[in-house]
Amino acid sequence: MMTIACPWCGARPENEFHCGGTSHIQRPPLDCSDATWGDYLFVRANPCGLHAERWRHSYGCGQWFNLLRDTGTHEIKAVYAMTAPMPEPAPEAGP
Amino acid sequence: MRADKQGLYIAACHNDFAAYPRQARDGTLLMNHMAKRTRYSAWNLLAASPSHADWAPVWLDAEPKSRYDVVIIGGGGHGLATAYYLAKNHGMTNIAVLDKGWIGGGNTGRNTTIVRSNYLYPESARLYDFSVKLYEDLSRELNFNIMFSQRGLITLAHTRHDLDNISRWANAMRFNGIDAEILDAEKVRELAPRLNFDSGARFPILGGFTQRRAGSVRHDAVAWGYARGASRLGVDIIQNCAVTGFIRQGERVVGVHTNRGGVAGEIRADKVAAAVAGHSSQIAAMAGFRLPVTSYALQAMVSEPVKPVLDTVVLSPAVGAYWSQSGKGEVVIGGGLDLFPSYAQRGSFATSQMVLAATAEMFPSFGRLRLMRQWAGIVDVVQDSGPIIGATPAPGLYLNCGWGTGGFKAIPVGGWTLAHLLATGRNHELAEPFQLARFHTGRLIDEAAAAGIAH
Ligand SMILES: Cc1cc2nc3c(=O)[nH]c(=O)nc-3n(C[C@H](O)[C@H](O)[C@H](O)COP(=O)(O)OP(=O)(O)OC[C@H]3O[C@@H](n4cnc5c(N)ncnc54)[C@H](O)[C@@H]3O)c2cc1C
Ligand SMILES: [Zn+2]
Repeated sequence: MMTIACPWCGARPENEFHCGGTSHIQRPPLDCSDATWGDYLFVRANPCGLHAERWRHSYGCGQWFNLLRDTGTHEIKAVYAMTAPMPEPAPEAGP
Repeated sequence: MRADKQGLYIAACHNDFAAYPRQARDGTLLMNHMAKRTRYSAWNLLAASPSHADWAPVWLDAEPKSRYDVVIIGGGGHGLATAYYLAKNHGMTNIAVLDKGWIGGGNTGRNTTIVRSNYLYPESARLYDFSVKLYEDLSRELNFNIMFSQRGLITLAHTRHDLDNISRWANAMRFNGIDAEILDAEKVRELAPRLNFDSGARFPILGGFTQRRAGSVRHDAVAWGYARGASRLGVDIIQNCAVTGFIRQGERVVGVHTNRGGVAGEIRADKVAAAVAGHSSQIAAMAGFRLPVTSYALQAMVSEPVKPVLDTVVLSPAVGAYWSQSGKGEVVIGGGLDLFPSYAQRGSFATSQMVLAATAEMFPSFGRLRLMRQWAGIVDVVQDSGPIIGATPAPGLYLNCGWGTGGFKAIPVGGWTLAHLLATGRNHELAEPFQLARFHTGRLIDEAAAAGIAH
């Protein structure tokens, strides 16, 4: 089980939260092509590794925030506000 | 882990008694000169040597060649079935199946093995029922017992709303020509008496419906049966061989790079097909495009083995879990996804706990069972829960994915339709609605309600 640090409530267990999917997706202009619109709605990078994603503390304060999380190891590299730009991941700890 | 399923010397038979040895490409004999039993039958079981050393291996671990007509990435059920039907239906045998681990080590060997065709829309009903029909005959077709037990699948109703919903569902199935039978509470009780019929039950059982032709299949047997069938027809099965990139000629994919040295590091092919489930986005990234796929962990668990306690499959959409009993006696328990993207093949405790709480609520007597194993597989979820079987933006590369939480039941049809496309260059009519283009045209086939759980 992951422990997620809610920016408002502090460290809480994973099952109090709800993942809202990939962050920082920009809506294209409304007169874009069907292909662009379909990509916007459905197509995702779905990386094995670092992934910027939205989470909500549903069974807590109810607020949304962002995580930078490794989908391979579930390690959380950064927690940041909903409207903040994606931070650089913290450098790996040295040997 | 190193795969070595050659140790499985099971059965063979008198009429194909001398089918082995097969010649390796360097001219040496792969097997010794002793004739091997290749066909499984009562006769061969009785006539086998006392040590049973005269059975042919189930399939041969091949050394890769530098060129094939078709290279298939992924030795799960879908990849192996594709190879088998390419050889069987289309006479194409210069084919390799590459797996980064061992065959059947992905979701095919991790799933809860429920096979059904209780979908809502005609496109999916046709596709999945074709698959159930192939399963019905598969043991004979492959001469390998896949243990298809058509014990029925009951979907429960706990509220008036659920009752309305299951009549809509069952009626949709009947319109599609698929068997469905609405059950009142008493009938459900006859079929699954251990369910919680207590007057104080938190989820009272008001009724349900069953598809009697649904059931469970031995998962490993599907991988091994298709592997054996394909290998006999000349297909090369290559384990511990991960695809790491594509060889391109202009836009066209003309082969794969692998993590193996020498000849095997670069394998050319006229066509490449990927059937890698939760790892499809990685393959797409290697070829320079993205997919409408998100990878999630889906978990399952089994209890210690006990005497027969449940001889049908039961699903409760309300608690998001489903149950069956395996041939070995374990109660097999499945639930919903861990709802965040993941490539970690383990599954979170929060979800296991929810599924087990649901189990103890719906089957109070199962609360006394010890849990034996819990595991997870990485599944490829798309918006409408429908598969993708077709060409990709990279010419020469074809895809079979998007089955998400429910593609074990579809292994025969997934292989059949992808083989058709690879051999003829045209989509099989069953696969026509399931192209990548639907995510641009908006012509989705939304089976989320029927595909959500009871994978
Ligand atoms: C817990 C669980 C329960 C399920 N229950 C059911 C059920 O009851 N009924 C049902 O119908 N479906 C069920 N499913 C879904 C079903 O298991 C899958 O849809 C199906 O097995 C997919 O088969 P596949 O051959 O496409 O993929 P897999 O069996 O996952 O095979 C893909 C293979 O590709 C290989 N691979 C990946 N990347 C590479 C690479 N780069 N190079 C080489 N090889 C690679 C992997 O090693 C793997 O062996 C369940 C899944 C899970 C996880
Ligand atoms: Zn909070």
